[in-house]
Amino acid sequence: MMTIDRRSIGAWLAATVFAATFAGVPARAADPIRIGEINSYSGIPAFTEPYRKGWQLAVEEINAAGGVLGRPLDVISRDDAGRPADAITAANELVSREKVDLLTGTFFSNIGLAVSDFARQKKILFVAAEPLTDAMIWEQGSRYTFRLRPSNWVQAAILAEEAAKLPAKRWATIAPNYEYGQSAVKVFKQILSEKRPDIEWVSEQWPPQGKIDAGAVAQATLATRPDAILNVTFGPDLVKLVREGNTRGLFRDRQVVSFITGEPEYLDPLKDETPEGWIVTGYPWQSVDTPEHDKFLAAYQARFNDYPRLGSVVGYATIRTIAAIIERAGSLDTEKLIEAGRGVEVETPFGLITFRPADHQSTLGAFVGRTTVKDGRGVMVDFTYRSGADYLPDEATAAKLRRPD
Amino acid sequence: MEFLLVQALTGLASAASLFLVASGLSIIFGVTRVVNFAHGSFYMVGAYLAYTLTERLAGPLGFWGGVLLAALLVGVLGALVELLLLRRLARAPELFQLLATFGVTLIVQDLVVAIWGPEDLVGRRAPGLTGAVEILGQFVPAYDLFLIALGPLVLLLLHLLFRRTRFGVLVRAATQDRDMTAALGVDQKWLFTGVFALGSFLAGLGGALQLPRDAVSHLMDMHIIVEAFVVVVIGGLGSVPGAFVAAAIVSLLNAFGILVFPGIAMVSVFLVMALVLVARPHGLFGSPPESQPQPMAVSGAPWRAFDGRERALVAFGVLLAAGLPFLVGDYGLTVASEILIMMLFAASIHLLMSAGGLAPFGHAVFFGLGGYGAALAVKLAGASMPLALVAGPVVAIMAACVFGWFCVRLSGVYFAMLTLAFAQIVWAVAFQWVAVTGGDNGIIGIWPEGFAASASGFYWMALVLCLGGAFALRTIVLSPFGYALRAVRDARQRAESIGIGRFGQQWFAFVIAGGFAGLAGALFAYLKGSVFPANMGVGMSVDGLVMVLLGGVETISGPLVGAMVYKALSVWLLSTTDMSKLILGLLIVLLVAAFPMGIVGWLSSMRERIRHVS
Repeated sequence: MMTIDRRSIGAWLAATVFAATFAGVPARAADPIRIGEINSYSGIPAFTEPYRKGWQLAVEEINAAGGVLGRPLDVISRDDAGRPADAITAANELVSREKVDLLTGTFFSNIGLAVSDFARQKKILFVAAEPLTDAMIWEQGSRYTFRLRPSNWVQAAILAEEAAKLPAKRWATIAPNYEYGQSAVKVFKQILSEKRPDIEWVSEQWPPQGKIDAGAVAQATLATRPDAILNVTFGPDLVKLVREGNTRGLFRDRQVVSFITGEPEYLDPLKDETPEGWIVTGYPWQSVDTPEHDKFLAAYQARFNDYPRLGSVVGYATIRTIAAIIERAGSLDTEKLIEAGRGVEVETPFGLITFRPADHQSTLGAFVGRTTVKDGRGVMVDFTYRSGADYLPDEATAAKLRRPD
Repeated sequence: MEFLLVQALTGLASAASLFLVASGLSIIFGVTRVVNFAHGSFYMVGAYLAYTLTERLAGPLGFWGGVLLAALLVGVLGALVELLLLRRLARAPELFQLLATFGVTLIVQDLVVAIWGPEDLVGRRAPGLTGAVEILGQFVPAYDLFLIALGPLVLLLLHLLFRRTRFGVLVRAATQDRDMTAALGVDQKWLFTGVFALGSFLAGLGGALQLPRDAVSHLMDMHIIVEAFVVVVIGGLGSVPGAFVAAAIVSLLNAFGILVFPGIAMVSVFLVMALVLVARPHGLFGSPPESQPQPMAVSGAPWRAFDGRERALVAFGVLLAAGLPFLVGDYGLTVASEILIMMLFAASIHLLMSAGGLAPFGHAVFFGLGGYGAALAVKLAGASMPLALVAGPVVAIMAACVFGWFCVRLSGVYFAMLTLAFAQIVWAVAFQWVAVTGGDNGIIGIWPEGFAASASGFYWMALVLCLGGAFALRTIVLSPFGYALRAVRDARQRAESIGIGRFGQQWFAFVIAGGFAGLAGALFAYLKGSVFPANMGVGMSVDGLVMVLLGGVETISGPLVGAMVYKALSVWLLSTTDMSKLILGLLIVLLVAAFPMGIVGWLSSMRERIRHVS
């Protein structure tokens, strides 16, 4: 941990030597396919470390099975430190110096958008792993960008569907004050109000991301006597909100619907303080019981002696997606890759997904269920998997939301 | 009514933890004049240590013992940092210690993740204080009540310490007049170490006491440090009761502010600070310093224009830089362009810091506004690149006229913090005004056009504009205006008596510096193809200061060298390792210890020495 990552220096040296020796030589069958990967490794390690393990596993599996088009995959990975400007520097390095065949990765929405725009400028494929913002595929969509994770819209639609079944009429919202929180609340409100015109929105709180004054927020929300609460905070903010809310009775006799709280990254730290009965989206890795997932879980645990987080699934499925696109294209030409990406089918730990031709969004879904405490740790129960295909606007509508290429 | 009371109690509980951290910072600054950037790191380490200790030790005694032990360990850590690092810098120019403590911050950020892992840690709740107390039908956490009581208790203890002990008397004496205290035979060294240990202990205690209400994460330091500084400044530097009142005001305003404007929490502390500083230039409880603040003493050779040989050297360097596109590839050129832009940004800060004697903590606001000015000119008015590159600096200059008019009335850390307040307010606007600025998703699609679309074309453009700008700034420093600026810095009364008004000179310098930062920001927008609120964030402002200090604030070419070294190092480290902050921090600490006058300051003093010998 505390020394320079030798592997990446090695890769860098190898790449330099390679570039110097073989520049101009046409790719031979055994030359690796070069994938440029950028993520916030030092910015949000809680997500990106399991994510890295996920893509490492996929790369090892694919290469052990003979690679793609008979060529092994070589991922050249860079840290963006959570800053868009540094992500662009890294993207430049990967494209101009490392001569990668495509780009992938990113966690934060603004970094995802910046790299997507860079890929558009450089006319290179970008498979976005994690960024949630709807702008990635719609308002700021680009023919060079495909996005894996279920978007903000899908998360909101899944949760709003569950929320509509609740008797609650008076709703309060608590969301971090940035694009993710804002659009989550907007879409959730829009869908829920359509389904339930009788609903009243009684309060909204917008704490700054990472700096919630949880007591004050909880008390202010409590004062408006809502029947139900929508929460979009996560990470340390969520911990603080849960603690203050539990102590102050904010969640007593109230329904809470919460974005991504069921993801192990955010649920595990809560331990026995996990609130009871929240409706959440997430990833109950202990109890998902499908052949695809069993296989992934066994391989992951055997390789890393650790359990997968959602980041692991995202990292794994991202590389699987890239492999499937290249396999289908039969080439590394960007235009052929884009063509192949539209409608490509990918085997993931959550089952088969496709990338929609109209907006380049995958149909990967999320699990929705309720939280409870079991053996001193938070888990999801009564959950079902919801495919993104059932919640995204149909492709004709999505095409209208998207800016023209 | 009941609700308002409970909301007030909630605000006061937040105030208590803020006060603990801020009081430590205030004491340290009051005596040592060190702007201790690592104070947030001490807070974070306190929380992490308390987590580990309370998980190991059992029972109520274990919890409280763990918290106290964690705080004591942090106190020892603070003393060590003072002994091993800051003591070496006692004779360095003011603010240089900021650079050293910044290095410590970087190191600690990576170390806590390496030691405690990347996941957020949720510690135990305080035994006996896990529940809530019902007050007027509302539930108030018992731990909040404990914190509310603790705040005044710590204030009282500090009061007793300062009034009733010899250590306290010496601390107060040193806060008031450091030189006189030294002249009376007080060993300053150990006083400083003691004060640093005390301040760090309070920060560690503040962090450890967050255990029952917060998650412990590697981002805690950045979240607290800026807020703690704000509280210290609102209260008045060095004033512990001031910090107490300021923490209460800030926390209460936040608790009630979110009832009316739920989005205000992002910026409320900075609004308060701006208002307080405009009305009371030394904070609520601060007073103007008894002695005239020490001018930034120029210890090396006096500034002068290049002689013939130096001119030839510079010309050779520029020629070499112009030939770079024939030597390196596109990636190398984009990095070189970024370095050039940072050189101009650092040079613009340097004009204020050296000749002006004013260190801005929020200079990135002009860098950011330059970028937004250019980006909005493109997006809203369809401007071409040359026009956008003019629009950016114009926006920055307009903002600098307004902000400067308020800021240059102040001096020292108060000036620095008022620039930060303006920067944060503008940042919050950029962050929240989604319809125009795109919020945190920024504005994308700002790519260079025409000849500059190629990496080499952009590089040449950046070379001309940035080196041209840096040269202009150098010329300004050596011009009559530059002399007048230095005159008001070194001897304000004498300068005014011969008709050189301080206000006008400094205001003008502020606007010039803002304009050049704006140009750098506009170029940066085109280099990255985008602008984000982070372009004007605290991180960018700190980077600018670090570059200037690293190169040597007392030399004219220092910021250029500092920017080159710092930017090249950070790009290279980020690309080769995940522990870039740890290594960068270690390098900064080493450089600071080796070259307490900055890199160029060291070079020129070496040259002087060689000249003397020969």
